Order: sequence, then structure tokens, then C-alpha cells
Amino acid sequence: MSSTDPGIAAPSYLTAGEPGLAGWLLTHDHKRIGILYAVGITFFFLLGGIAAAMIRINLIEPQGALMSAETYNKAFTFHGVVMVWFFLIPSIPATLGNFLLPLMIGARDVAFPRLNLFSWYLYVGGGLFTIGALLLGGVDTGWTFYTPFSTLFSNSHVVLAVVGVFVVGFSSILTGLNFIVTVHTMRATGMHWFRLPLFVWAMYATSLVMVLATPVLAMTLSLIALERLLGVGIFDPALGGDPLLFQHFFWFYSHPAVYIMVLPAMGVVSELITCGVRRQIFGYRFMAWSMLAIAVIGFMVWGHHMFVAGQSMYAGIVFSILSFVVAVPSAIKVFNWVATLYKGTIDFHAPMLYALGFIGLFMLGGLTGLFLAATALDVNLTDTYFVVAHFHYIMVGGAVMAYLGGIHFWWPKITGRLYPEGPARFAAILMFFGFNLTFFPQYLLGYFGMPRRYHAYPEPFQWLNVLSSAGASILALAYVMPLCYLGWSLVRGRAAGPNPWRATGLEWTVPSPPPKENFALPPVVSEGPYRYRP
Amino acid sequence: MTQASAPLLAARASQFDDTEQQRGASALGMWVFIATEVLFFGVLFAGYTIGRLRFPEAFAAGGRRTDLLLGSIETGILLSSSCLAALAVRDVQLGGRRSSPWLLLGTAALGAAFLVMHGFEYHSEYEEALIPGLRYHPSGDPPHAMAIFFCLYYFITGFHSLHVAIGVALLSRLAVKAWQGAFSPDYIAPVEVTALYWHLVDIVWIFVYPAVYLVGRSS
Repeated sequence: MSSTDPGIAAPSYLTAGEPGLAGWLLTHDHKRIGILYAVGITFFFLLGGIAAAMIRINLIEPQGALMSAETYNKAFTFHGVVMVWFFLIPSIPATLGNFLLPLMIGARDVAFPRLNLFSWYLYVGGGLFTIGALLLGGVDTGWTFYTPFSTLFSNSHVVLAVVGVFVVGFSSILTGLNFIVTVHTMRATGMHWFRLPLFVWAMYATSLVMVLATPVLAMTLSLIALERLLGVGIFDPALGGDPLLFQHFFWFYSHPAVYIMVLPAMGVVSELITCGVRRQIFGYRFMAWSMLAIAVIGFMVWGHHMFVAGQSMYAGIVFSILSFVVAVPSAIKVFNWVATLYKGTIDFHAPMLYALGFIGLFMLGGLTGLFLAATALDVNLTDTYFVVAHFHYIMVGGAVMAYLGGIHFWWPKITGRLYPEGPARFAAILMFFGFNLTFFPQYLLGYFGMPRRYHAYPEPFQWLNVLSSAGASILALAYVMPLCYLGWSLVRGRAAGPNPWRATGLEWTVPSPPPKENFALPPVVSEGPYRYRP
Repeated sequence: MTQASAPLLAARASQFDDTEQQRGASALGMWVFIATEVLFFGVLFAGYTIGRLRFPEAFAAGGRRTDLLLGSIETGILLSSSCLAALAVRDVQLGGRRSSPWLLLGTAALGAAFLVMHGFEYHSEYEEALIPGLRYHPSGDPPHAMAIFFCLYYFITGFHSLHVAIGVALLSRLAVKAWQGAFSPDYIAPVEVTALYWHLVDIVWIFVYPAVYLVGRSS
């Protein structure tokens, strides 16, 4: 209908299709599935955030203000499991990726829409197991499930939590599979690989990691469940097993998992910066190749989590060198973003503030990663708050800032409404300050020797912990703000029009919100993605 | 769902431009899935390799307790079933309608036979008390280390059998659809990707068979 008469707008994906709840829960539309994921991960972000708040409140007092040691263990385990697997891993790929990938490459949908919906149900199912483990009394192993504690000593609900993570792992594998096939086979006429927006490259690189790393985690966790249920010992030294083998398997997934979190963030930031400064990206091909390089080299650095675990010194040296190597493509990206900004006229709207915040925080997180990759220094810093601060700079400072930046940037496209710019800028700046106040003191705490995972600490560490907790409350406020004003804009926001940012991607050529079929006529592409001034 | 109702015209799902694109996407999807599967089994084989390096004696002793005859027959069955699957694909490609349902059914039947024989193996191992965690009193050999062998043996073969069972279900459904005339040279993707999957199941077994049944008997 619409394809014969483009003048009459097709109904948007929000109104087309089956009405009511069933129209959402049984939808095959990648855009609706993206929204379903957004609802899911927001819920889990709140759950994980509550656990984080409990941790920070507890650490105000040296003796622990709130919880017993046991409850504290359960709180940080829940925080880690939920934030890693139910928020960060699906955050950008499953929400923005699902919504945008087909739009950006000029397709009607992903290659396997039914599988896409099934992935969401797996995500929800896995989440229910994990929440079940929490309701029954929690898990106290840490998100890493290290053996032999998880198999032999812990008397908490490890199996239930492990099943939850196993199931959500399949969701991530199937999403990755879907994206890889979609990028390979569904691109519009003329959309060559090097005309793809960098966000698509990021999704592609992320999907490779999802597909190739997650199975290792799934099998390793099943072996843990098996050990607990049947009392056999593949990892249990008392029964002849090898606990280091578990760590190797675990980090073979869990280090690349960091790139599942941060590669999509890099993709988002590349889109935000080019539009915010209205310039072509500096070194497009380097940006694309460096994403693939990060994905590939990221598979070869897992041993840097095990420098003090008892792996051989030579393995330690090799993993240390490779960890330095993986910093090179990451640095290429940072330099290219900065080069893109150089002498540009920067529009400091909220998405751009998030993107700039990302660059700063990612740099701090990345550089401290080099400290930790140096074996001699790592012996001192391992298992201290320095590590906690380092990975929160990457995961929260990096991935969450980029996620929120992306949500703001594409909000007009997703909802058809403009968000209020003033509160959004305020929240972005508040978040940057709150974040640094929360986590910068943790670098110092770690440097001074405060070990992680303890519910209590010596008196002299108190002032830094109080600073950190104060920062966390600011951070919490900054996270709640977008929920409020974005929610408000759903009802009261001004209509956005197809392209409020005057951006150049294919997704901005369709109405906001996009029609169910995305494009009235199949688009034909003849130029690169960033048609700004060079 | 649309595929079942109107075989030829509706064989193309709405997100694709043409059947060629759909066929490419299905095949690539299966290849990516196979890559995932290699990593799934890879963990287990890595665990097996590490265990074998640490306890060569116990792993060899464990391997000698498996049933070589049944294992070898199972290998033969699975290899011939893969041949039937390949013939089924070829038949559909050439536009044949008559033999492909039977070839698919034959593949499924051989898969089912494999499962039944494996069931017998598991049963006799239960009788001999060789199942760690359930019934495990091995005589003579170092019990702890051999338990690791058996644990991995059950995990690998069990996970593999799960794949065989899923394959049997898929192949049976395909056989019915082929009987109804659902497939043609223009619409072959389901047969092709299921056959690919079945070959994967077969290839995994080609690694399982020597690792479990043969190596311990070599010296």
C-alpha cells in the first residue's frame, strides 16, 4: 500500500500489527523486540543497582554498616551476576542493536525474526532462574563462580544461578548468530562492507565474540552444576580435578565478554561523535578493522586474570604482552575520535556529552588496564579495589555512558518524541561527576591495599569509602533522572520528525517512529555512512 | 509457519527479497551455529585432553572399560546415516520427489538406532557400576582419576546423543514434509541446513570414537 504511494505514511511499528499485549509478546518485529529488551534490561539494571546501593551503604562504616559478611557476599554476587549477564551483555546489542541494525543496513528485519523473539524469551527465562536463586536465599560465590568454592564449599543456590546464566547465554548466542547472518545477507543494494555505519561493524564484531565465546561459558557452568549435583571432580582438587582449568575456561569467555560490553559502546560513540561535530569519522577503515582486531586479540588475553593463580610464568609473560597488544586497536579508536573532534564545531547536546564522557572514562579505564597487564605491578594490585575501579571505568563509565548516550540519540527515532534537552544535559554531567566520585577513590583504595570482596576494612580507608558512597548516591540520582524525563517525553514530548539531528544514516531517512516494514521502497545506497564535511 | 501452508509461493519469509537470499541466510545461519557447536564440544575435548595428560594410565584404563564392539557399530551407523542425508539433499536438488522422503526417514531411523545402542551401552555400564555420582564401584583401577574419565565420557556422549535426538526429530519432520511435496530445487534450505547439522553430529562422533574407545586400547 505504502510502497505505491509514499505520500501516505504507513502506520508506525508502535501502532501497526496486533493490538494489545499479545501484539508485543508475540511480535517478530525487530523494533518491538528491541523495546522488549529495553524493558527487561532496565528492570535488571534497577535490581543490580539496588544491590550496588546496599554494598555502598555497607561500606560507609569500617565494620560494615548494614550486612553480615555472608549477606555482603550474596549482595556483590547478585550485583555482579545481574549487571554482567542481564544488563551489560544484552544492553546495547539487544536493544539498540536490534532496533537499529536492520534500519542501518536497509533491511526489513533481521534474518531470523522468530529466533530473535525466542532469544528474548530465553533472556527472560534465564532471568527468572537467577531471581529465583535470589529469592531462595542467594548465591555467595561472586559472579566468577570460582571452584572449588562454588562446587565444594558454598551451600548457597549455585546451581539455580548457573542455570540462569546458561539459559541467558543461549539468548546471547542466538542474537549474535542473527546479527552475523543479517549483516552478511540482508544489506541493501549498494551497501558495501565499507559503507556500513561503524555501529554495524561494532555489532558484527560483538556478535563474533558472542557466538564463539559464550558456548565455553555454558559448558563450563554445566560442568560446575554436574560437580555439585553428582559429586564428581573435574575441577575439584580433592577428587583429582584441576581448579585452574575452571579459571582458564571461565576467562576464555569472560574476558572476551568485556569486549561484548565495550565494542557496542565504541560503535555508538562513533555515531554520536560524527553527528555531534558534523564531520566524517577520521580513518573509517582503521576504525572498522580495529573493532575486528579487538574482537580477535580479545580471545588471546584471558590469562591476565590469572597472573597470581598459579599459571606458569611463561604463560604470564605471553598473556601480559598480548594484553598490551589489545590496547593498540583501542588506542587507535580513541585517537581517531579525538582527531574527528579536532578543530570541529562541537554541539554539546546530551548524546555528545555522554560520548565525550565515554572517551574520558574509557581512557582512564583503559590506561589502568595497562597497569594491571604489567605482571610485576599486578602482583600488588590484583584483588584490590584498583581492579574494581578499573573494570567499572570500562563497564560503567564506558558501556553504560555509551548506552545512555545512544538511548538519547535514537530516542526521537524510537519513540517519535523529543526528550527535554536541559534535564538531559544536566543528568549527563551529573553522571560524569557522580561516577568519578564513586570510582576514583577506589583506585586510591586499591593502591593503598584495600582488598576487594570484604564487608569490613581498617579505619584509615574510611574517608575514601565515604567519598565513594557519596558519589554512588549522586550516580543513582543521575540514573533515575533519565527514567523520569524520558518517561515524561513519551507523553508530553514534542514530535521529533524523521531527522531531528540532521544525521546521515539510513535510519534517519524513514519516519519517526519507523513504519513496521521500515522502508516504503528498498533503499539503494551510493555513499558512505558519514556524509558530513571531511 | 507460512512455509507449511503454501509450499512454493510462501516459502519465502517476508523479511527476504527472494528465495536465493533466504537460502543463503539459512545456510550461513547453520554454519555460524556449527561454529558455536564446535566451541561447545571444544570445552569438553579440552577437558578430556587435560585430564588425559594428567592421568594417562587412568584414562587408558577407563577407555578399555568401554564397549568397543557397540561403539564401532554405532560409528558405522552414524557414518552411513550421513551418507543418506547427503543423498537426500542431492535428490531434492535434482528435483526428485520420490526417494527424498525415504532417504530422510532412513537417516532418522539410523539416528534412532544409534540412540538405542547407546542406551544399551549406558545400561551395561550401570550394571558394571561405572557411573560416577550414580553407581560407581570400579574394581582394580585408580578410582578418582578414572571417575574423571567416565564423567567426561558421559558428558560428551550424553551431549552428543542429545544432538542426535534433536536431529532425529528434525529429520522425521522433514521426511513428512518431503512426502507432502514441500521441497523443490527452489526451496531446499530446510533439507540443506538439517543435513549440515547432521554432518556436524557425525563429525563430532568421529572425534569421540577414537578418543573414548580406541586410544586406551592402543598399547
